[in-house]
Amino acid sequence: MTAVKSDERLQRVSIVTKALRRPELGALIGALVIFTIFALVDTTGQFAQLQGAAGWTHFAAPIGIVSIFVALLMIAGEFDLSSGVMVGSAGLLMGNLITEAGMGVFPALLVTLVFAGLVGLANGFLVIRTGLPSFIVTLATFFVLKGVNLAVTKLITGTVRVDGIDTGDGFETARAWFATKVEFGGASFQISVLWWIGFTIFATWLLTRTTFGNWIFASGGDANAARNAGVPVARTKMTLFVLTSMAAALVGCMTLLELRGMQAGQGVGQEFFYIIAAAVGGTLLTGGAGSAVGASIGAAIMGFAAIGIPYALWDQDWVATFLGVILFLAVLVNTWLSKQAKGARK
Amino acid sequence: MNAAKSADPILEMKGVGKAFGNVVALSGIDIAVYPGQVTCVLGDNGAGKSTLIKILSGVHKASEGEFLISGQKTEFNSPRDAMAKGIATVFQDLATVPLMSVWRNFFLGNEPKKWWKPLGILDTKLAKDTAKAELLNMGIDLRDTNQAIGTLSGGERQAVAIARAVYFGANVLILDEPTSALGVRQSGIVLKYILAARERGVAVIFITHNPHHAFLVGDHFYLLNRGRMTASFVREKVQLDELIQAMAGGAELDTLTHEISIIRQD
Repeated sequence: MTAVKSDERLQRVSIVTKALRRPELGALIGALVIFTIFALVDTTGQFAQLQGAAGWTHFAAPIGIVSIFVALLMIAGEFDLSSGVMVGSAGLLMGNLITEAGMGVFPALLVTLVFAGLVGLANGFLVIRTGLPSFIVTLATFFVLKGVNLAVTKLITGTVRVDGIDTGDGFETARAWFATKVEFGGASFQISVLWWIGFTIFATWLLTRTTFGNWIFASGGDANAARNAGVPVARTKMTLFVLTSMAAALVGCMTLLELRGMQAGQGVGQEFFYIIAAAVGGTLLTGGAGSAVGASIGAAIMGFAAIGIPYALWDQDWVATFLGVILFLAVLVNTWLSKQAKGARK
Repeated sequence: MNAAKSADPILEMKGVGKAFGNVVALSGIDIAVYPGQVTCVLGDNGAGKSTLIKILSGVHKASEGEFLISGQKTEFNSPRDAMAKGIATVFQDLATVPLMSVWRNFFLGNEPKKWWKPLGILDTKLAKDTAKAELLNMGIDLRDTNQAIGTLSGGERQAVAIARAVYFGANVLILDEPTSALGVRQSGIVLKYILAARERGVAVIFITHNPHHAFLVGDHFYLLNRGRMTASFVREKVQLDELIQAMAGGAELDTLTHEISIIRQD
């Protein structure tokens, strides 16, 4: 078979097309441009240094960890609006298990992750069973949990906060795993950055190198065709709802360990950060295309803004406006790029 | 050709009918499908083609009659049963996921795995090479199997779906109106792949409302009209005109031609 050999002839032609076909290309270019702008307007001389990196990654890592899984779920064609409030729910649950039920930190973490998994399962089950859009189902979960967070916390602690978790068994060990600082080149990075990088690599592998990843793309690309080909679409989506919920819970637990306590309103509103990060990173809102690396780049851009704006001595209140503009421009550029990659036909 | 004809039919329907409540969609259908031959089922809209496909592919159960596979009486409870017996159906637009690459589409639902199987790690190299080689065997020369299948033309997409079904061991390939949404050139491409599948010994059931396309590739022709089998022909013994006449219901077409000619004269 000489035919399979004839690949070399093609590789040369398609390098540009190949690059254009990557969903995260637009985000990468955007990230470089935004990074350069903030480095130029920086007044502290630290933004482009490792100290600056420690700053923006501290902000970006918790967003990145969740947005990676939000992106996978979006590629499969579904949303999870309850992912933000889950950060709060998980932190509060773990905190109360430690302070009120006297559990050790690690058992409390485990119970919290199982709880989050069950909430994710409920989300997935309701979406599949009722056939309602996940936007509505998880919006409902969002509000249910938001109310529970506030009401139950008040009921148990009498305040809107959980405190004193550093008395729990294994607190220092858990902090070393999830909320310590790592010295690197004279700057101290949050350990969450390592988790972020780890999850990015894991999710990329999952998406591009496993059968499950193939099913994720197919479920979001055309659920009917996928079912005809024998792909377990319902199971794939359910699994992703569970993973997204658990990723949010992990971030909630990390935040709890870092702050040694948690407010009842924690996490609310974060769900949009996750969706913005995924969309900026080239994930299609209608499903079927996207990448984990893209979502991480999206989260990094948010980190640039959160640190770069105060470093430039601009009013921090503009961060949200900046993110809004970036979201619009990024999706515009991504759409244009994917059209270029696909050529004239559709 | 003669050797194939003397062989036993791989799939046979005897007096098959289907009723939905008091609506009779099909009745008294007799069809024999042979390996290495193209069996065409022709019919106009509402003739019962869709119902027939659904019985063949296991979506519906026949209400009466016998269904035999390799001479054995069989009943399908689901499309999965039909697939397990080597009956693959390629539906017009539901066969592929447009945003996914050609090789991912080719192996969708049957992904090749490497190392420890339960981990589900894709053997991407094997998948790409196999997809390329298999498509080439069917005469489809793609520059790059990494390109999204949505970038291919409608005919090529059908062809990939056909090649996939053949590769995964389909003995009987049911094609639901594969050419109806395509232009002349694209239809030609699909017809070519129908013959390629036939050459590989697959029994092809080609369902269409286009007698011209059927005449080009068919070995047997069955005509459906209002849920009944109105005629059946064998290649060599039928002319295209006869096929068109029979399909449109002979006398009906004569009347129509006459009426139209009157209008034209005015």
